[in-house]
Amino acid sequence: MPTPRILILRAPGTNCDRETAFAFEQAGGQADLVHINRLLEDPQLPDRYQVLCLPGGFSYGDDVAAGRILANQIRHHLAEAFTRFKEAGKLILGICNGFQVLLKSGVLIPDDPVDGPSATLTWNDSGRFEARWSYLVTAPAHACVFLAGIERLYLPIAHAEGKFVARSPDILRQLGAQGRLVLRYGTPQGVPTDVPLSFPDNPNGSEANVAGVADATGRVFGLMPHPERHIHRLQHPRWTRGEGQEPGDGLAVFRNAVRYFGL
Amino acid sequence: MTLWEVDIYAAAGQRDVMADAIAAAAGDLGLARQLAPHTARGYLLEGDATTADIHRLADELLADRVVERTVVGRVGEPVLHTPPPGVPVCVHVLPKPGVMDPVALSAEKAIADFGIAVRTVRTLKKVWLPDLAPATLQALCSKVLANDSVEHVVIGPLTLQRLDMGQATRFQLIHIPLRDLDGAALEELSRTRQLYLSRIEMETIQAYYRSLQRDPTDVELETLAQTWSEHCSHKTLGGRIAYRDEGGERHFENLLKETIFAATRTIRRELAEHDWCVSVFEDNAGVVRFDERYHVVFKVETHNHPSALEPYGGANTGIGGVIRDPLGTGLGARPVCNTDVFCFAPPDTPPEQLPPGVLHPRRVMQGVVAGVRDYGNRMGIPTVNGAIYFDPRYLGNPLVYCGTVGLLPCDKARKAPQAGDLIVVIGGRTGRDGIHGATFSSAELTSDSESLSGGAVQIGNAITEKMLLDVVLAARDQGLYHAITDCGAGGFSSAVGEMGEHLGAEVTLEAAPLKYEGLTYTEIWISEAQERMVLSVPPETWDAFRALCEAEGVEAVIIGRFVPTGRLRLTYHGQTVGDLDMQFLHGGRPAVVRDACYTPPPETPLELPRQSGDGGADLLGILGSLNVASKEWVIRQYDHEVQGGSVVKPLVGAANDGPSDAAVLRPVLDSLQGLAIACGMNPCYGELDPYHMAASGIDEAIRNCVAVGADPARIALLDNFCWGYTDRPETLGSLVRAALACHDLAVALRTPFISGKDSLNNEFTYVDAAGQRRTIAIPPSLLISALGQVPDTRACVTMDLKRPGNVLYQVGETDNELGGSHYARRHGLRGGHVPQVHVPRAQRTFPAVHAAIRQGLLRSCHDMSEGGLAVAIAEMALAGGFGAAVDLDGIPGQCTALSEPLRTIVRLFAESNTRFVCEVEPDHVPAWETLLQQREVPCHRIGTVAASDRVTIEAQAEHGNRRRWIDLPIAQLKDAWQQPLKWR
Repeated sequence: MPTPRILILRAPGTNCDRETAFAFEQAGGQADLVHINRLLEDPQLPDRYQVLCLPGGFSYGDDVAAGRILANQIRHHLAEAFTRFKEAGKLILGICNGFQVLLKSGVLIPDDPVDGPSATLTWNDSGRFEARWSYLVTAPAHACVFLAGIERLYLPIAHAEGKFVARSPDILRQLGAQGRLVLRYGTPQGVPTDVPLSFPDNPNGSEANVAGVADATGRVFGLMPHPERHIHRLQHPRWTRGEGQEPGDGLAVFRNAVRYFGL
Repeated sequence: MTLWEVDIYAAAGQRDVMADAIAAAAGDLGLARQLAPHTARGYLLEGDATTADIHRLADELLADRVVERTVVGRVGEPVLHTPPPGVPVCVHVLPKPGVMDPVALSAEKAIADFGIAVRTVRTLKKVWLPDLAPATLQALCSKVLANDSVEHVVIGPLTLQRLDMGQATRFQLIHIPLRDLDGAALEELSRTRQLYLSRIEMETIQAYYRSLQRDPTDVELETLAQTWSEHCSHKTLGGRIAYRDEGGERHFENLLKETIFAATRTIRRELAEHDWCVSVFEDNAGVVRFDERYHVVFKVETHNHPSALEPYGGANTGIGGVIRDPLGTGLGARPVCNTDVFCFAPPDTPPEQLPPGVLHPRRVMQGVVAGVRDYGNRMGIPTVNGAIYFDPRYLGNPLVYCGTVGLLPCDKARKAPQAGDLIVVIGGRTGRDGIHGATFSSAELTSDSESLSGGAVQIGNAITEKMLLDVVLAARDQGLYHAITDCGAGGFSSAVGEMGEHLGAEVTLEAAPLKYEGLTYTEIWISEAQERMVLSVPPETWDAFRALCEAEGVEAVIIGRFVPTGRLRLTYHGQTVGDLDMQFLHGGRPAVVRDACYTPPPETPLELPRQSGDGGADLLGILGSLNVASKEWVIRQYDHEVQGGSVVKPLVGAANDGPSDAAVLRPVLDSLQGLAIACGMNPCYGELDPYHMAASGIDEAIRNCVAVGADPARIALLDNFCWGYTDRPETLGSLVRAALACHDLAVALRTPFISGKDSLNNEFTYVDAAGQRRTIAIPPSLLISALGQVPDTRACVTMDLKRPGNVLYQVGETDNELGGSHYARRHGLRGGHVPQVHVPRAQRTFPAVHAAIRQGLLRSCHDMSEGGLAVAIAEMALAGGFGAAVDLDGIPGQCTALSEPLRTIVRLFAESNTRFVCEVEPDHVPAWETLLQQREVPCHRIGTVAASDRVTIEAQAEHGNRRRWIDLPIAQLKDAWQQPLKWR
């Protein structure tokens, strides 16, 4: 099997592209940074890749709403390309702004024909951007490829609009029952829970402490925290206290993606 | 054409975040208690769209249907002004015409993608309020809801019909007749045209035009004013100064060259083949070597005056501007981190004490922090270091220092435009914004500044700059241009004028892409619209350059050509509107001779307060003082880890909330080599002696870097002088004295200055209630920024205590230096000795501490500065989550000769320089003690890390008894330190 190729999608305002590419390469993949305009010119372009990654940043400045404008570009021009990519058994990962885009474009959770989107990522309860490290736990039974074998992660978050809100309690329950709410904010030793944790364990007020969501296949995954910012022990906030390990927790997410293709 | 409005409200059950913020701000300012407004963000959409189109945009683009609800109508329709229950008064806040509205621009592009015919978009805020007294409503509008310099307020329903702005104007070439004016009339002309040129300068210009037998055109005069402005030419510090102090008289031909630059020259000469400076004081930022592949560049700028009027936009464009400095250095450096240092008046200043025309400091601080946050975060540049200083004298004139570090490939360090190269502008479009920014920032602020210089206040658009950054770095790597510079203060006038200084340039002004019609040729030339850069592109690579820009959606336009004429020629639709001799433009400014004097204040002993015994109360008080208190509220709003290189974060320790001395990052992800970024500043020492203030700032910046693991042999410094009105000899004298210290300390410690910037005339003038003219001058504010290099980041240490049983040391000596200290300020004590730098000791100490860190002998290391030993220990304990047991006896230095209780107070709270607290594991004690002994560095064992949760500090009392001066639980220390700025 040749080295899996990762398409890191850049848009105006994307800013975690380089370190995300670095993380995929540390995991054994080969990553290319590709501008959204190239995809719009040639929607077949992703066909040459095994993983499509939407990295963090502020696509189009997050003007109007975080990720909204890029999400609409995908809805209007690339829905088919994304569907084809998914149906070919490939992987899609959205980190932070990429998660916002995947959710708001309907790639992660399809819209209801009448009521529209089932869930969103909106303003943190604090009302502002916040950077801090969060303890994360994975849901007990899930099919998410990226989180295979992972129980806990310690990763930084850095966002203003990361509060996960479902359109109704029923939808939230359904998503949970389907094992889609795969990554939750937690406590250092805690187990995944739907009972909202208080700040700062749940840093943004997300319903059911949701930090990451997978699609029904487990091959499309979006999360607010930044795994690419913890692939090395020196990135751990307390490495000088002897905490953290080499490699950092986040690398496993990228390794899972690369290994899925047989490496 | 119809004008639609879409109002977006929080859906039922969702929080109205803007309403909460308004209510809080109104409460803070004492305008209204328990205000419960109802808010919407909104869009005005102008075009031929149908109702269905607008509803579709509202649903699919503008609002989030999961958490928001929309109200859609034509402007003026009653549905838009049907009040929610209990809040009948509707206030609209709109950006003034011409003010940057980034969200609207993005929305326009996104709407085009829907194929819906909307031509223009504008955003608005809508705030529903209860019935309030007219004066309260007025105050709420101007102090909370809107800022008059960039926004306007409409109370009641909107009635506007169109959004269009700008109309074509007829070309008219304007000459300014000045050949026959007398001196007073020249001064008047300088004032009315906002040129801020002195009488001598105006006379020099007059003589030049008399010799040409013509009058200048308006654009020529403006170009001269921009180029000769304090902001662009630094004529005070680069000019002649006659200085005298207690040591006699000294004449400077060029103060900066003879002090700060001279120090760097000396250091480079001494280093000879080991010189690691690459380009200093010549490009947009200083450049030094980093590794085999990269140089590192650093620049710090100030953006004070715009931030006083519009804190958000001022900080926004301040950070945006300084990012373009490294990007415009050499052939373009990639920004790797930002630093931000602010000076504000205390945020608890009673609102009724504000002079007219002054924004409340709390609002200034919130706006500045938000401005840095929104721009820096969007740029994807981590903000890793900063500081905030509070002093009532920053009330009308806050200071905003923004810095950017960049990484420059070694083969891209030099630039030079070639004759025949195209002058290309890329990025943002040119508008009427920022007119007269360069000359305005060189003037003193008054309570009228707001009305006078509305044009100088801008809002940034980070996304435009991010796109610009991406494209410039790609073009750099493909070798598509010969030179680049940023288009900052002075606009094209400065950028083209400087790039073509040794060559000559022809510019066709009508070619510049405009935001809207109606700009005159002069406005195009001097506009300081943000997010633009000017490049020198050879004709043969133009096609490739243009294609690259197009591929990323960045506008690139040829506006002229560099030609070997020695002249700057400006045309507008074929007519010559300006034709200046480059030599006169850059070399014609008359040298100004300024007087400067410094008289040392009489030495007065510092008298201890009668009640000097409560060390615990003093410690808690200092920890809770604004300058020392935790800045976590600010730090967490900045992304400090983007780019993935973070090694030592601004907040460290067991709970990730202790104050790190410096930030460390690895700018090259596959390398372990690092950069340490830190700063030093202490305006309080300036009153006692600006020389020692500057020396202390340098020592502090260096020791912060060294404390985390930087090599003291590789620390580069930057100076930023923010001073008052330097036409006053005493004010200029204090600056000269600080510059002399910069020279002496830099040479002594071999830490070269590589770049700097000054901002003078930072004073605020107003007329008080009694009709009296009053002026507030800022204290001398010299920021020293340090860029350290860390050979191997795995050896870095942090300041938090690591393990009970480890041994604590004070490195360095404590002298009788309570002058200007936090202890003195807390007790209102005047006089005393200001901390000095003992040069030989500093020369030995920094390398010794570094050697210990590299050998892995230290578990933690903390710089001792504000608040002295007591605060350093408290911070280490509260960050590490362990207590400490400290004994002050035997701490070396002048303190030993003092009698009690002064001796103990000095040991606890004096702020003597070149001191560290270090934590050493018992096993490493012999190696550590030997190392320091061999290097003759004073060092004293002061105690141990305790297993308890208490910090105890003891000392021998007068009659041989022991006395416990401090005994406090770390939770209480932490609470005192965190409480003051723990904002919602």
